[in-house]
Amino acid sequence: MATRLKFENSCDVGVFSKLTNAYCLVAIGGSENFYSTFESELADVIPVVKTSIAGTRIIGRLCVGNKNGLLVPHTTTDQELQQLRNSLPDQVVVQRIEERLSALGNCVACNDHVALTHTDLDKETEEIIADVLGVEVFRQTVAGNVLVGSYCVFSNRGGVVHPHTSIEDLDELSTLIQVPLVAGTVNRGSEVIAAGMTVNDWTAFCGSDTTATELSVIESVFKLREAHPSAIVDEMRKSLIDSYV
Amino acid sequence: MAQDTGMFMVPQTIGSVLCCKCGILMVPNAANMCVMCLRSEVDITEGLLKHVIIMHCPECDSYLHPPTTWIKAQLESRELLNFLVNKVKPSLQKAKVRLVDVNFIWTEPHSKRIKLNLKVQKEVLNGAVLEQSYVVEFVSQDHMCESCSRVQANPDQWVAAVQLRQHVAHRRTFFFLEQLILKHDAAARAIKITQTSQGIDFHFANRSHAVKFVEFVNKVAPVRSRHDKQLVSHDSKSNNYNYKYTFSVEISPICREDLICLPREVSTGLGNMGPLVICTKVTNSIALMNPFTLRYCFLDAEQYWRASFKSLLTRRQLVEFIVLDVEIVSPEVYIGGSRYALAEAQVARVSDFGRNDTIFNIKTHLGHLLSPGDYALGYDLYGANFNDNELDQYKDFPVPDAILIKKSYEEKRQSKRGKRRPWKLKSLKMEVDDSRGIADKEKMNSEYEQFLRDLEENPDLRFNISLYHEKDYQPSEMSSMIDGEDLPSVPLEELLADLELDDEKDEDDNTRE
Repeated sequence: MATRLKFENSCDVGVFSKLTNAYCLVAIGGSENFYSTFESELADVIPVVKTSIAGTRIIGRLCVGNKNGLLVPHTTTDQELQQLRNSLPDQVVVQRIEERLSALGNCVACNDHVALTHTDLDKETEEIIADVLGVEVFRQTVAGNVLVGSYCVFSNRGGVVHPHTSIEDLDELSTLIQVPLVAGTVNRGSEVIAAGMTVNDWTAFCGSDTTATELSVIESVFKLREAHPSAIVDEMRKSLIDSYV
Repeated sequence: MAQDTGMFMVPQTIGSVLCCKCGILMVPNAANMCVMCLRSEVDITEGLLKHVIIMHCPECDSYLHPPTTWIKAQLESRELLNFLVNKVKPSLQKAKVRLVDVNFIWTEPHSKRIKLNLKVQKEVLNGAVLEQSYVVEFVSQDHMCESCSRVQANPDQWVAAVQLRQHVAHRRTFFFLEQLILKHDAAARAIKITQTSQGIDFHFANRSHAVKFVEFVNKVAPVRSRHDKQLVSHDSKSNNYNYKYTFSVEISPICREDLICLPREVSTGLGNMGPLVICTKVTNSIALMNPFTLRYCFLDAEQYWRASFKSLLTRRQLVEFIVLDVEIVSPEVYIGGSRYALAEAQVARVSDFGRNDTIFNIKTHLGHLLSPGDYALGYDLYGANFNDNELDQYKDFPVPDAILIKKSYEEKRQSKRGKRRPWKLKSLKMEVDDSRGIADKEKMNSEYEQFLRDLEENPDLRFNISLYHEKDYQPSEMSSMIDGEDLPSVPLEELLADLELDDEKDEDDNTRE
């Protein structure tokens, strides 16, 4: 299910949070509402960690991660890095990278298997991304924008890209990522998809301006209706049993 | 460009997204909202003027452009459209919308409503440009403009009058002045022009118009003027005073071709000029010439009025002489735009011719024009009976027997009498006082004829005025055969084609008032 919420009167929830299949990071806000919304949705499944990166609250734009790891920019302080390492599950590798383009969240979009990156990213960074996150890295643009991390969001089940993406680009991206993609919007027509929402395999959080139409697009492409952590396991088991029997 | 460089480009097909509000499939735009939803979301005509009251003068069909200007415009005309759009423009600019198209919606004239359909564009919601048309209703309220209400109250109400006078027996100065005024359109703002016995009265609705006119006259004639005002009404509480202004402008009585005996002080002031001089030209200064020495000088209006004098003899006293012999004394000289040559001549009065042997040996400045047998006009001082104080002052001054003024073309003109000219002049619309009878009118006609002849003879005089083609004129071959070559006439190339727009011009004049 997708949830609509706000961070301190801002609908750009993707900026202030980072959601993966293994953990969730939220910014330290003045009010507990934002955090508690995540907490109520996710607490019994994955850890929800309150943190800042480089002293700022825009953690969603600064870091990139999936269930395998978390990459933070070189501006991250040692305390923050230590706190993240302490709070996240042990199998999640947290690494700080020396990259000129420090807003990693804007430059990299990834799920658990594939990452799209900014075309100007360092070779070393690309290798680290491949190693730490365990993904295949493609340098790509979305509708002519190099900030792939801002203009597309995808999980292991689906993805939404910039509304101006042409059908050919959509096909190409879809082939690379191996998940179905649609061109869409969040927050009543906003094309900065990643700023307006954050998503993992079974849930999504959108800005409260998101209309019912947009929400239904998001839910259907990310397959959130039937998705629950337990549902996935059930499905997997079912198929396994099927194949065994 | 990509094709030029030989680069492979993937063809781009524009996809479609769902409208974020209503969910219909649409081409993505800046707002990512379909046009219908966008329109329901934002009204770009919000805050724009949709109801405007305008002032309309029913008399002259003009509209008030605050604070005081009235703009003449027909219904559904371009001017009116321009005026109305200017009325709503400030609100458009304030709302930062762009006007794309505007047109009238027809309304019944009696409804006193004018409707405009305006199409405006505005950028809304991150860069999407929305276009919308709306109707502005203008209510025209009748309100008479100041000039119309003034006319309604009293049709010939004038505020300033210019009384132009010249105290001489003829009107040719005014004929000439009339042409100058027409040429320069100097009396365009006059509301009434009346012809009086020794001059013309010009009435104006505004003092400044009268002042401007007086300044014009100042530039073309040697005048002195004074002005007076009469209090018509006043409101001491608001310090409003309502005056009628009168400008009295007197033109010097000295005319071209007059014989003048300069008063002693003027003569000494001009370096012992004269004392007998002839006036050769009058503009805003008076050109005087001594016909015996070809000395000449200019007297401007101020100099003249400081010590004014009158003519000794005027053009009416010109007598016809016949030239018997001419002997040029000095070579031709060029003075003040015309040529003269001093000569000694033997002349006799035409009236004496064949009766007695009275012959005068005189000096004349017309040596270059005259040849034996010619007729000339001049002043007969031999037979004249002066009654002039100035001349009496010069006790020992030898008064010549005759002074020739100009060559006469009277003989040659005989054959042409009654023929029409190939050109004509325009005239001011003047009200004439008819009370003084037919004799006066005849005198005026003959004076006018004389004036036209002067124009023909004197290219100098024509210089400043506009002559027009006479359309009805048909040159007869006979007359052109008979006519002498030397009879002065106006060359065809000097004539202006009369405007075919006569009616329109009248209209223009009306609108200007």
